[in-house]
Order: sequence, then C-alpha cells, then structure tokens
Amino acid sequence: MLRYAIRRVLQLLLVIAVLSVLLFAWLRSLPGGPVSALLGDRGTAETRAQLEQALGLDQPIYVQYFNFVGRALSGDFGTSTGVSPGKPAMELFLERFPATIELSLGAILIALIGAIPLGYMAARRRGGWLDNVGIVGSMIGISIPIFFLAFLLKYVLSIKLGLLPTGGRQSVGLDATRVTGFFVLDGLLTREWDAALDALKHLFLPALALASIPFAVIFRITRASVLDVMDEDYVRTARSKGLTARVIRDRHVLRNAMLPVVTTVGLQTGALLSGAVLTETVFAWQGVGQALAIGFERKDFPVLQVVIIAAAMAYVLVNLLVDLSYAVIDPRIRTAQKG
Amino acid sequence: MLQTRVAGRRRIALIGLAGALAVSMSACAESERDSGGEGQTGGQLVFGAAGAPSNFDPFYASDGETFRVTRQIYEGLVGLEPGTSNIKPELATEWDSSEDGKTWTFTLKEGVQFHDGTPFNAEAVCANFERWYNQTGAGATAALSYYWIENFGGFKGDGKPSLYESCTAENETTVKLQLTRFTARFPTMLSQSSFAIQSPTAMEKHQADNVKAQGDSFVFSDYAREHPTGTGPFTFVSYDEANGAIELARNEEYHGEKAKLDKLIFRVIADETARKQALEAGDIDGYDLPAPADWDSLREAGFNLMIRDPFNILYLGITQKNNPALKDLKVRQALAHAIDRETLVSSVLPDGAQPANLYYPEAVDGYAKDAKHYDYDPEKAKQLLAEAGHENLNVELWWPTQVTRPYMPNPQGIFGAIQEDLEAAGFTVTPVSKPWAGGYLDQVEVADAQLFLLGWTGDYNSPDNFIGTFFGTPDNQFWTQGSPWGEELAKQLDEADATVDDAEREAKYEEINRKLKSEYLPAIPISHSPPALVVAPEVKGLVASPLTQEEFAPVSISG
Repeated sequence: MLRYAIRRVLQLLLVIAVLSVLLFAWLRSLPGGPVSALLGDRGTAETRAQLEQALGLDQPIYVQYFNFVGRALSGDFGTSTGVSPGKPAMELFLERFPATIELSLGAILIALIGAIPLGYMAARRRGGWLDNVGIVGSMIGISIPIFFLAFLLKYVLSIKLGLLPTGGRQSVGLDATRVTGFFVLDGLLTREWDAALDALKHLFLPALALASIPFAVIFRITRASVLDVMDEDYVRTARSKGLTARVIRDRHVLRNAMLPVVTTVGLQTGALLSGAVLTETVFAWQGVGQALAIGFERKDFPVLQVVIIAAAMAYVLVNLLVDLSYAVIDPRIRTAQKG
Repeated sequence: MLQTRVAGRRRIALIGLAGALAVSMSACAESERDSGGEGQTGGQLVFGAAGAPSNFDPFYASDGETFRVTRQIYEGLVGLEPGTSNIKPELATEWDSSEDGKTWTFTLKEGVQFHDGTPFNAEAVCANFERWYNQTGAGATAALSYYWIENFGGFKGDGKPSLYESCTAENETTVKLQLTRFTARFPTMLSQSSFAIQSPTAMEKHQADNVKAQGDSFVFSDYAREHPTGTGPFTFVSYDEANGAIELARNEEYHGEKAKLDKLIFRVIADETARKQALEAGDIDGYDLPAPADWDSLREAGFNLMIRDPFNILYLGITQKNNPALKDLKVRQALAHAIDRETLVSSVLPDGAQPANLYYPEAVDGYAKDAKHYDYDPEKAKQLLAEAGHENLNVELWWPTQVTRPYMPNPQGIFGAIQEDLEAAGFTVTPVSKPWAGGYLDQVEVADAQLFLLGWTGDYNSPDNFIGTFFGTPDNQFWTQGSPWGEELAKQLDEADATVDDAEREAKYEEINRKLKSEYLPAIPISHSPPALVVAPEVKGLVASPLTQEEFAPVSISG
C-alpha cells in the first residue's frame, strides 16, 4: 500500500514537471504578454522594450524557464499583471483557493445529497415516474451549458424574485472575521451567524449551477450501479435467505454499488474547476476559476502558471485519493496491489 | 403501507425545510435592501468596478480602476471643475508663473491635514515632487511611472532631460517650482491622478518607494497596498481581496465640504453582464462603462444613464512602413474619402458619438475648424487611387479582438463598416485580427500593421496630450519617420508646446492641425465616442466627468 502510494506521488511529480515545461513554452509562444497587460494602449515601442528588459522577458526562453523554476521552488510564482496587478501570484492563488474549494464542496454536497438517494430510488422503482423524471433531468443537467444555467438561475432567483444575491462571496460592508478563508465556515467558527448565513446565501446559487453536471452524472452512475448490483446473485441469495430489505440495501446493494460512484465523484471533483471558470465569472466569485478566465484574457502569465499547475496537482491528487479509497472500500484491490 | 406513509412524511418534511430555507433567505435579502437608503446624508454606496486596482499609490498607476479609487482618497494641487476638462484650484488656491514660464509659485490651502494627522504644507508638496523625480530601478520604468515619464521626462541622474528642476518651500503655504523649460501643458497636467499629493510621513513609514520587479511584474510596497494616505474626502479602510471589495469611509476631518456618504465601496465584478445584473438586482448602486447595447434597456428600467462628453478619438492608423503605396498622400486621401464616418457613427457607435475631423475633440485648445475636410466620396477615392497608380490596392486592415475601449465599443462592427467602405472605393482588404493583449498592441506599436484601428482617451486638456503623443517623435506606430515631413512635424509640435504666448501657441496648433489634414494625413480621424456610466435612480449628485474622474464626495442616496 505504501509503495503504491509512493509510486503514485512520484508519478505526480513527473506530471507536474512535464506540465510546467509545456505550459511555460506554450504561454511564451502566444503573442502579446505581460507587457501589453501592464501598459495597455499607453505604451510606445520604446517603453515596451524597456519594460521587457526590466522584467527579464528579453532573455532566452530557457533562461526564463530556469529562473521561473528556481523561484517557483521557493514558492515565488511571480506577480500578477492582470487579475490583481502587483499581487504575488502564489498569494493570490492561496487567497482564492478556499473560494473555489468552498464552491466546489457546495456543489459536490448538493450533488451527493440529491443524486445518490434519487439514483437509488430511481433504480428501485425502475420505469416509475421518479426514474423517468430523473433520467430526463439528468440528460438536461449534462447537456445544458453551465453558464446558461447559471444565468437562468440568477435571472429567476436573484433578479426577478430577489431571493438571493447576484454575486460575490459576502455582502460588502459586512465586517466579518476571516479565519480560514472559507466564509461559511468562518462564520460558524466565530459564531457570527449573520456572516455565515450571508455567505451561505451567496454560495447557494453558484454551487447549485456548478452542481448540475456532477448531479446528473452521479445520479446516472448510482442508478445504473444499483440496478447492476440488484441483479447480482448474492443479492438474490440474500433475498431468498429472507434478509430484510434494509439489510439488503445497506450491506449488499449500497456498499457494492458505491464503488463506481466514488470514482465518479472523484473525477467530477477534479473536473469542477472547468465548470468553476464559468460559474465564478457569472457570479463574480473571487476564486481561481475566475482568476483563470481573467488571466487568459489579460495574459497574466504568473497567475496562469500557478493556477494551471495547482489545478493539475489537485486533479492528480484527487485521483490518487480515489484510487486509495478504492483500495480501502474493496479489499480485493488491496490484495491485488500487494501482488 | 407503513413504508409509504413514512416516505410521505419525509417528503413533506423535506419540502417544508426547503420552503423555510427559501423564506429565511428571502427575508434576509429584503432586510439587506431596506437598510440601503438612509436619506440625504449617510449610508453606503456600492459601485461596480470592472477590474481590480493595481495598487493605491496613484504615482505608480496608469489605469482607470486604480484612479477611480485614489481620486476619492487624494487631491492634487489643481483639480478639475466637475463635468469639464477645465482645471480648478484644489490643494493650491492660486498659482502664478514667471514671464519665461519656467518658475511657478503655488499658494497652498491652509488648515489641511493628511489622513494620518500630519499637516499638508509646502514641504509636503516638495517632498512629493522630489520623490517622483528621484525614482530609481523598477520605480523608474514606464510600467510604474508612466505619467511622470510622459509629462516630466527623465529622473534624477538617468541622463534623460527632465522638465522638473527643483522645488522650494518658501514658507508653509508657498511653493516655488522650477522647470527646465516652458511647456503649455503645465500646470494643467498636474490635474492627473498620478500627481496627487501624498503624506510624506506615511510614505516614509510604510516604505512607499519599496517597489521591485519580480517574475513578470512588480511587487508594491505596504504603503501602496494597505496604507494610502492623502487629504481627500474619503479615507481608505480596507481592500478585501477575497471578496473583491474596496471600502472607503468619510473623512471627518476633511478641510472642505465633507462627503455625504458614510461609506463608499467599490466592488470588483469583472464580467460586464454580471455588473448589469448586480445593478438590476440592487446589489450595487452603479457601475462604469455599461455596454452601448444595454443603454436603452437600462434607461427603460429607470436607471440614470449618464453620458459623458466624448474626450477621445478613434482613428484609422496608417503605417507607411510595410506597404509603400501608403507613403503616397493621394492613397491616404483616398482612404479618407472612402470612409463614410456619418453612417458608421450612426449605425455602429452609441448615442452621442460624433464623426471626427481632427485628431482630438473640439473642446481641446488649438482646434482648427477650417482644417481640410474629407467628404465621403467613394468615386473621388477611386479617382485618387487611379491617379496614384494603385487601382485595386491591397491593404491589410487590422482590428483587435477581446477588447472594448470607450473610443471603440464595438471593434468588430467598426472594422466591418470600414472594410465595406474601403472595398466599395476600390481597395482590396485583407483582414487581420489579433487579441488586444495577445499581439495586437505589441505589433501595432512596432509599426507591423498597415491600416489599424486604435484610439486614445485624453488625460487632460492639452493638444499635446493627443497629437504630441501620436506624432511628437517620428519613431511611432504611424512610422512617420519614413516620411519627409515626419521630423518636421515632431519639431513643430515641440515648438508649439514651448510657445509661452497663449494666442501665438493657439495659432501654431491650429496651423499644425491644418497641415496634419491637408499635407501629412498620417491617420484618418474617425469618431469621438461618449463613454457612459449608470447609477440607480436613488443616487444623487454624481456628475459625469469627460475624463472619467468622477468625485463621489457630493453623492448621496435618497430614501
């Protein structure tokens, strides 16, 4: 198990190293760059050249890369040029990371709480109205563009009905104490209930929009998996032995049906960042997804580098955790690893 | 049967829970809105900003998002009359110059103090000028000291001539500034936000000059990020970056009429549609630069759409470097006759846009009304092309993507209209589109383009800020150095700017404008477009500034 974990961590490091080279080369191959971001239409050819020199952008690309790696190893990814000019990219990332995690957790939570019970119930009453509604709903959830859904939710619930705020993470002017950077959690920890509720209100819509795809996917996987398991011999045997429906559900069906669901949840969590780019933009959510969108538009290399490398790390890490939890859930996998 | 009933109860409980949650959330949302209006004074105003400010030390900034905030915290020696580009006294009550225009004496307002309680006086003014002049390293690059370099030239000891020579505090309220030469831009140029006066004590305490290049950008000092200290009607409270909100509070010790609002908050909402929706939902009270396509719907929804006087220019730039045919004046004149500015303005640009004849708006000094006008005349354009021997001339027409600018709210639409006009007049157009910060600006600046769309928003009322910036050195995006008149034009601009006598100078600028249109034609002026801002109907007292330098001190929110 330990050797397996170490091997996976080494793979992770290799992935990151290769990614950093590709990312660096790709960003530098794009026309424009930080100089345009900093000077806009106010710069002359002379001031642009002067600035390139000051920032070391006139050096050969491999020199720039090694400078970047040298600094990055000490946590210095450069300074933002467009998202929040003047702010160290790593600091910006660390500040925005909790926002995206909070949003993703909210989305996953909504998806899990809704999709697993619904998926299970749909499978149990196959062909019933819940099953049919669930299948159609999940098809819509997967196929509807996330930004459109975000706009729709916002238009109806915020603008027309005024039930929820249109964006941001907390009402401005609310003097909330910050502890962890997770606003809902901060409100609970400091017992500032107003702040916690306010943060929750701000979180709800973007999390709901972001939950659409994982919700749909988890629903379908749960449903399919439960159907598969219910057809298995051991479930039939359990039934014939006269075990109660509850025991069959908890001990046999759910436990075994959860394996593919766990994998899916892991993959969906990793994929949430791509959805977060759009959701965060629509809801002015100050997270890394929004930073990525603005970073691309304004060619903010330092922010793009730190966000993309961190996102890749998060993705690989989540998958590692999924694989490890697989091993925990299913002893056969653990045994296979030993061999 | 039992199972069904239990499931039924659970369902009801779930629905009840969801309902309760929705009701409690809506109750909170309503109570939040109710607390918004508190009459003529007091309350808070939330204004939507399109981007994060770069920092809060205006000397190191050149972007509008930064200046919108710092304009409320700081004041300059001279300010702007609300709603105009004319200067007015601010921290200086009056000023006078020697006959040669090189020595300027400013009388300062008495009884003014910075937000940190230290006095504003002549020494503080000189400390600011000396700070600007003594920038070194990263601080002396154009990315940080853009406005100093543009207006004052070099820094101490860097070899480039500087307009600044010395500053002397004659007494508490009298400052004598010595310039190395006369320029007609002085003292108007001091109205720019970068030249706001900051507290020397606070700058020293929080190491304002501690700015350095790092990675692909710059790291600012603690002063610039957390301790901006001026004399203005609002004081800096906090910048909550995690929530994208900058909070300012009324300066209770302000020397003039105090701000009406208790709190002024700028909330960063990068997406334009999201800004509009936030206004519609009442989450913000206003925002800048609404898209022209939204103007009507915002008006219809009862919002107060304020259209600024246009203080900008959109031009079709001509680079003479890569297409030899463009060196021929007749070809450039054919371009001028080919473009139907009137139709373009009425069909593609927002209300209040005007066709441009010169390279700056009429409100700026030295505007020559009698300068040569090129009517829309495609036949004449064809004839000129034929005379020049370039029928069916192939030209590259560059336009930027991923951007809108106040002078260019719809780059693709403008490009389309011009392309059509040029083709109707016998040009063969090859379109070239590039992302604004992804190559367009870089390549246009080094004169890679042939024909290109670009423009300029004036920083202050001076012809030099427009045509001096465009053609003041022959090494420019229009490649005027390739023309026999490029050097001459730059020289004429220098001479005009150095002319002390107002009437004489005005005449010189008028003459330059005439020549620019009839003899040189380095670009085709297209239009002046008015940028707008929009506020909720309850917001009173905001005066739109042509230079986008609105002041929020007189603003209130009515019940």
